[in-house]
Amino acid sequence: MEKQLTINGHIRPWTEGMTVQDALDLMNYTFIMLVVKINGEVVLRADYGSTTIPNGAELLVIHLISGG
Amino acid sequence: MTLSEYFCERDPIAFPLWQKAVVGIAGAGGLGSNVAMLLARAGIGKLIISDFDIVSLSNLGRQAFNLDQVGLPKVEALAQNIRKVNPFIELEIHKLCLDADNIQELFQEVDIMIEAFDTASAKTMLIECFSQHFPDTDLICASGLAGYGKSEEIRIVRAGKLFVVGDQCSQLSPGISPISARIMIVAAMQANLALERIVWKNS
Repeated sequence: MEKQLTINGHIRPWTEGMTVQDALDLMNYTFIMLVVKINGEVVLRADYGSTTIPNGAELLVIHLISGG
Repeated sequence: MTLSEYFCERDPIAFPLWQKAVVGIAGAGGLGSNVAMLLARAGIGKLIISDFDIVSLSNLGRQAFNLDQVGLPKVEALAQNIRKVNPFIELEIHKLCLDADNIQELFQEVDIMIEAFDTASAKTMLIECFSQHFPDTDLICASGLAGYGKSEEIRIVRAGKLFVVGDQCSQLSPGISPISARIMIVAAMQANLALERIVWKNS
């Protein structure tokens, strides 16, 4: 299986042990309020550094902006 | 006026499903008040609405309240306005600040949940909390609605049971509230999506 993951539709290389925080850094997503889903499952902010991403995963990073 | 007189000329397939549906709305400001009015007009059976705030003059530029309601709790003012349009809807209102504990308790019975908060931190809290407790329930959020124009940039992003309506980039300028027309587009898309999902879930 090819070592890659999809982040907001962009294909990026996947490495063993890659965490959510690594993926956010890779994409330069520095926005404070994000919601991250791996294959449809929400990852809590507190777990970004400890949650590893499986090979082939699909990450959706949603930017939450004030206003309502 | 009878119920069948009021609800005449309705969609024979969708309307009965909407009548049975319970929709939760977190926040009764620019998004929530308008979403609630739209869902009430469509014939949703029950709304559970929570908000801690009171109506202020600055709200009238975009929220579904009237001048003579300034000073009232938003949830009470909204219930008054909804009942003037649809006297048959069941309303459950809560004047309180939502947190990780009461979200689970208040919205247990909802078929669809609408996030209608103003701050990004509250939006994040609701998404994390609701997704944990109710992973199988649709959650329709909003992000990126400041300013005017650029209607075509407002879209829906989906991830599992989470839907996000907005352009995901327009930031509010300091001291400037969202503007009625663009926030109404987002509110209408949230309401329209809720109506669609209720039918989809039952078909």
